[in-house]
Amino acid sequence: MSLVGHKPPPIFRRGPAPLVRLLLFVCVCLAMLVSDLRFRYLEMFRHAMSVVTYPLQMAAATPADFVRNASLYFATLVEVQRDNAELRRQQLGSGERLLRYELLDQENAHLRKLLEMAQRVQTRSIAADILYNAPDPFARKVILDRGAQQGIEPGLAVVDAAGVIGQVTRVFPVQSEVTLLTDRNQAIPVQVERNGLRGVLFGAGQGRLEMRFVIGSADIQPGDRLVTSGLDGVFVPGLPVATVVSVDREGDAFAGIVCAPLAGVERSMQVLVIGRMDLPPPPPAPQPPVEKKKGKGR
Amino acid sequence: MQPSNRSSRILLPAKGWFIYLSLFVALGLEYIPTGRVPGVPDWVALVLAFWCIREPLRIGMGTGFVFGLLVDVGLGAALGQHALAYVVLAYLVNGLARRLMWFPPLQQALHVLPMLLASQVLMVVVRMIAGAEFPGWSYFLSSFTSLLLWVPLTYLLLLPQFQPVERDDNRPI
Repeated sequence: MSLVGHKPPPIFRRGPAPLVRLLLFVCVCLAMLVSDLRFRYLEMFRHAMSVVTYPLQMAAATPADFVRNASLYFATLVEVQRDNAELRRQQLGSGERLLRYELLDQENAHLRKLLEMAQRVQTRSIAADILYNAPDPFARKVILDRGAQQGIEPGLAVVDAAGVIGQVTRVFPVQSEVTLLTDRNQAIPVQVERNGLRGVLFGAGQGRLEMRFVIGSADIQPGDRLVTSGLDGVFVPGLPVATVVSVDREGDAFAGIVCAPLAGVERSMQVLVIGRMDLPPPPPAPQPPVEKKKGKGR
Repeated sequence: MQPSNRSSRILLPAKGWFIYLSLFVALGLEYIPTGRVPGVPDWVALVLAFWCIREPLRIGMGTGFVFGLLVDVGLGAALGQHALAYVVLAYLVNGLARRLMWFPPLQQALHVLPMLLASQVLMVVVRMIAGAEFPGWSYFLSSFTSLLLWVPLTYLLLLPQFQPVERDDNRPI
């Protein structure tokens, strides 16, 4: 304070102190992190920002493309011939199976019509190549070379020849991001092929899966195959997902079930994106209470 | 401006466009999809730390925040993850900038290493609180490759500021 009662003006205007600015920025960052990870509010902001980053990303992907193409170019003739022979053999086998499948499919549709059951959902599929692992080291994600322009939508299932590998979580114009089953934030509804026991499979990291919320006395044993149950309306029912590796019934009410994926979740290069042609029908209306009374009276 | 405060060589002032160009080039390098190869340096953090030492009045937490968001969007990471790390990194480096200018590049690198590690630890903590898995110890290798790159990077980024040495016996410096 000077004698005349007001502060002298600062000689150099420097703005708020560094510590104050740090706290301000940290608060903004934490708010963004919470709203992005917890509530997914910032997808629009992400899209707006990607206008700036997209050209740079395209430029940066060029060296990776070059390396991939160069390694393809230098594949030896012997390798190509061997692959070709292998593929021909597979083609013969699958062609024969496909003939039978078509016959069975027609027969199935006919029988279903006779029994007046709902028709199985139609599916469509898009073949895609895995370009590379997503750069974020904290998640298990891969990038596909097909995007919104080829008809990929968020939520579609991704499979390889042996089973499910994950789900499309983000779509760009010509690329899309797939979250693998082994990611900790990924879940998939499954049932045991042997007896139809339903459950939910979660990623557990380190290439492992974990079936949670199955009671300790449930009929499940190592070696059981798990297939999609289709209850979520996203995955087509009946796709193979995993095999049970170990069942631990010692703990609390729920059994600790560790599973290994059937598909090459972190190895496969060619995948198929499959989705339903139409949305599943709405859940049936609740039963009228008259029937309930009957049941009670008995 | 000198290469370091002990040097008697005078440098040209740093050009604003060159600073931002180098940051955008680092951003492009950051976006190169390398998959899960361990030890790929965090280019943006490295160049940001460099300019935070050389130009503490122009490059600081604000620049760190903006480029952090750009990295987050490009890498598909949680929005704010790199921004938080770079803001803290810029704060730490800006605070030490005056002192670091007294050291030759190799000793500067040894000062910068713990700060890069601190920003990486911060990112790991944030993502693990959010439920992600631990990425493995090889994740921290990238700070050590940054350490090796510091000396060549110093000379590369100072290159436009060097001027030819004119021997003039009548000039005091």
